[in-house]
Amino acid sequence: MELTLWTYEGPPHVGAMRIATSMEGVHYVLHAPQGDTYADLLFTMIERRDRRPPVTYTTFQARDLGGDTAELVKKSISQAVERFQPEALLVGESCTAELIQDQPGSLAQGMDLGGIPVVSLDLPAYSKKENWGAAETFYQLLRNLLKSQLPAPGTAKPLPSRWREEGRRPRVNLLGPSLLGFRCRDDVREITGLLEEYGIEVVVVAPLGARPADLARIPTADANVCLYPEVAGVGCSWLERQFGMPTIKTVPIGIGATAAFLRELHGVLELELPAALQPDASGECGAERRSRLPWYSRSVDSTYLTGKRVFIFGDATHAIAAARIASQELGFAVVGLGTYSREQAREVRAAAAELGLEALISDDYLAVERAMAEASPELVLGTQMERHSAKRLGLPCAVISSPLHVQDVPARYSPQMGWEGANVIFDSWVHPLMMGLEEHLIGMFRHDFEFVEGHRSHLGEAPAPSLETAPAASIDGLVWSADGEAELAKIPFFVRGKVRRNTENFARERGLAVIDSEALYEAKSHFSR
Amino acid sequence: MGLPTLLKESGQREVFCGLTSIVWLHRRMPDAFFLVVGSRTCAHLVQSAAGVMIFAEPRFGTAILGERDLAGLADANEELDRLVADLLARRPEIRTLFLVGSCPSEVIKLDLGKAAERLNTRLAGQVRVLNYTGSGIETTFTQGEDQALTAMSPLLPSSDEPQLLIAGTLADAVEDRLVDLFGRMGVAVVRSLPPRRSTELPPVGKGTKLLLAQPFLSSTARALMARGAELVSAPYPLGVEGSSAWMAAGAKAFGIDPERVAAVLDPLVERGKRAIAPHRETLSGKRLFLLPDSQLELSLARFLHRECGMELIEVGTPYLDRQLLDGELALLPDDITLSEGQDVERQLDRVRAAKPDLVVCGLGLANPLEAEGFTTKWSIELVFSPIHGCDQAGDLAELFARPMRRRGAISFA
Repeated sequence: MELTLWTYEGPPHVGAMRIATSMEGVHYVLHAPQGDTYADLLFTMIERRDRRPPVTYTTFQARDLGGDTAELVKKSISQAVERFQPEALLVGESCTAELIQDQPGSLAQGMDLGGIPVVSLDLPAYSKKENWGAAETFYQLLRNLLKSQLPAPGTAKPLPSRWREEGRRPRVNLLGPSLLGFRCRDDVREITGLLEEYGIEVVVVAPLGARPADLARIPTADANVCLYPEVAGVGCSWLERQFGMPTIKTVPIGIGATAAFLRELHGVLELELPAALQPDASGECGAERRSRLPWYSRSVDSTYLTGKRVFIFGDATHAIAAARIASQELGFAVVGLGTYSREQAREVRAAAAELGLEALISDDYLAVERAMAEASPELVLGTQMERHSAKRLGLPCAVISSPLHVQDVPARYSPQMGWEGANVIFDSWVHPLMMGLEEHLIGMFRHDFEFVEGHRSHLGEAPAPSLETAPAASIDGLVWSADGEAELAKIPFFVRGKVRRNTENFARERGLAVIDSEALYEAKSHFSR
Repeated sequence: MGLPTLLKESGQREVFCGLTSIVWLHRRMPDAFFLVVGSRTCAHLVQSAAGVMIFAEPRFGTAILGERDLAGLADANEELDRLVADLLARRPEIRTLFLVGSCPSEVIKLDLGKAAERLNTRLAGQVRVLNYTGSGIETTFTQGEDQALTAMSPLLPSSDEPQLLIAGTLADAVEDRLVDLFGRMGVAVVRSLPPRRSTELPPVGKGTKLLLAQPFLSSTARALMARGAELVSAPYPLGVEGSSAWMAAGAKAFGIDPERVAAVLDPLVERGKRAIAPHRETLSGKRLFLLPDSQLELSLARFLHRECGMELIEVGTPYLDRQLLDGELALLPDDITLSEGQDVERQLDRVRAAKPDLVVCGLGLANPLEAEGFTTKWSIELVFSPIHGCDQAGDLAELFARPMRRRGAISFA
């Protein structure tokens, strides 16, 4: 057993639901106990959908366990097919059904369902999680629906530049966007528009909005853009192996990443690289002026953002992208980087190593909270779950990745990808921080009746209770003297945690038993070197 | 008095499991912690429901079963001990720990009752450990609270002193108000289950008159009756009629002079009716269809029909306890369809055929039905709102009138 206060991912069948609900014409029969229909709310409430998810649950109860639950599965399958007439059927189990082993997939295979494709899902609920379930379901659907089109072994790979011979525009698929993914709805629009500008056509977007027949058209494109590796990585690799379709791997979140994505795409499709995408002597390219982030970040109002300590956690894709934006494009100091996506742990470790950090690979909320407290950041970029720890620690926080809640499925256009995505990111990451002038004045005058410690008046809030209280004796008996404490209290609250920790480490190195104000100033000058 | 037609249905049920009760019980008793023993699905359910609130201090969690637990490679009791120790290290101020059973824990027959006993011995004096089931295979939505209170009932001290015991979660302000009104009628000792602090449990015994504030407390009522409490039969305190009958029944159980009762209640009834009047204009003559959710459906239907003038098409309930609902059944018209259980697709066919003016349903169905052109009232809100008592009758009516008024108020021409 593991103690979980907050889980970063749902069970794998929720991943399968995401695929089924993102698509059209697909139905999912899920063998599950009464109550598991709560998952419908993820779509009707959080994603605010106007129709029920295409999921039929068997909703067995205790009294059914004495009877024939397999018969219940068969009844649910035939009724669902009859009522909804799907173009493809997914059949699987939830965690409780996995324990009673009715083999719903095999049962479905043995039924006469009028010849529709039936995909039997084997999603181990006690070892795998939501994104894995989504990736596996998407992959199984592709395998099933593209079976008839598999090229014979030894067939030459199609050339990504064949669009030229065929006298048409280059074509790509956008793979990975799904419901309950982070801002997928607007990312798709942003990237589709971006590609349009370079004369590249989008053939299929999947799973979001695709029908089974659309998946069958995937091989007609010249390349696959893997927008969300967590969901489409496995599928893209398979398409690459079986159909020889190249995968565009750069995820276009951030200015540098968007430019790199466009260059990779042009390279793979053998398109001539436009001048606006060629970096000049200073490493900038003309295209990036399409976004306001570079100028907003260079303008003097942003100077105070320099070196602000930021802790980043999320799915691998968004965490890696955020680390690059934070360190290179906003001038923050990344002091913690991690992910709950074990499948992409290697990439996150590499990104962390570049920043001189050790990546935190964990799905344990408490471990993440501990790492956050240890790093004493001034800003947390995380998931809905990091909001809880950030509140506990009194830290500003912005959400960059699933898991999300209803406020992160906004009505307004709010992509993360492409040039407009970077604009959205600038606003939403800087917003929780104290504004520059307020930060200066609170550092200068600490006796105000309204603008007190930690008060961020632009958020219209009362001051957050910071857990950084008066120093107690630390574990190894280090004691703060009264004047040491008083001096520490004068440090602006958002860096106080760090200063305290540095000073204590300094005192230990020097063998000091008591930390007074002099020791604090000694430490300050020591660390500023 | 004929009974309404009872339609017993089975099929796909679009309802919550009892784990959802944690979402309000953790606020009622802030010194309690709810540890679900289950799968990632259980953890995901609770946080999807409650996770929009941001908790500096978590009040619930899940002990997620892994493959080692299922294969019997890990000793469940040792695992629980370890987890509970970790948890209490983080939240030393917890006074009551509920081990909440789930579908997976029940299917593999984990004996959480025994585990709770053992932990109780070990943590004696610091934390009380209780066990109840919130599994979907055993419980529907509000039945989770019923199970939690049933688990608490053996811990109630024994006392034969005369008292009125109100069972079922009430909003703080409503509870204070009801206690005050009973006091004015001359019922001196009024206590509540669940209490506001898990350690301040009310006593129970031969002098206890039990008044249920919620209709879903079948097993709690029986457990308290087994401890000597006497169940006071009444309709439930929703609306003016239900609340005044409920309070009068409570007072009568203590032999209070009816004139004294009337002196307290009459002004409330008068005022309550005035508060309902504007909403009655919106609701009167409108046709209502209630889907099963919380077992509050019969009481709500009775209120909306008799006090707001709504026409009832179908009243669905997940479970019908005739003994606890005889007071409501007597007040419902007998030309309605009463359905117990659910086959959601067929029930939705009936909704579409009947074209009601208002559908009371869960959040999995509300937006999809709105998109089909129906006006809906999401039922879960009724468990999270102060709706009990004469003083709340206007607010209760307003909850149903609001979506109907909103539909009229919004236009994009």
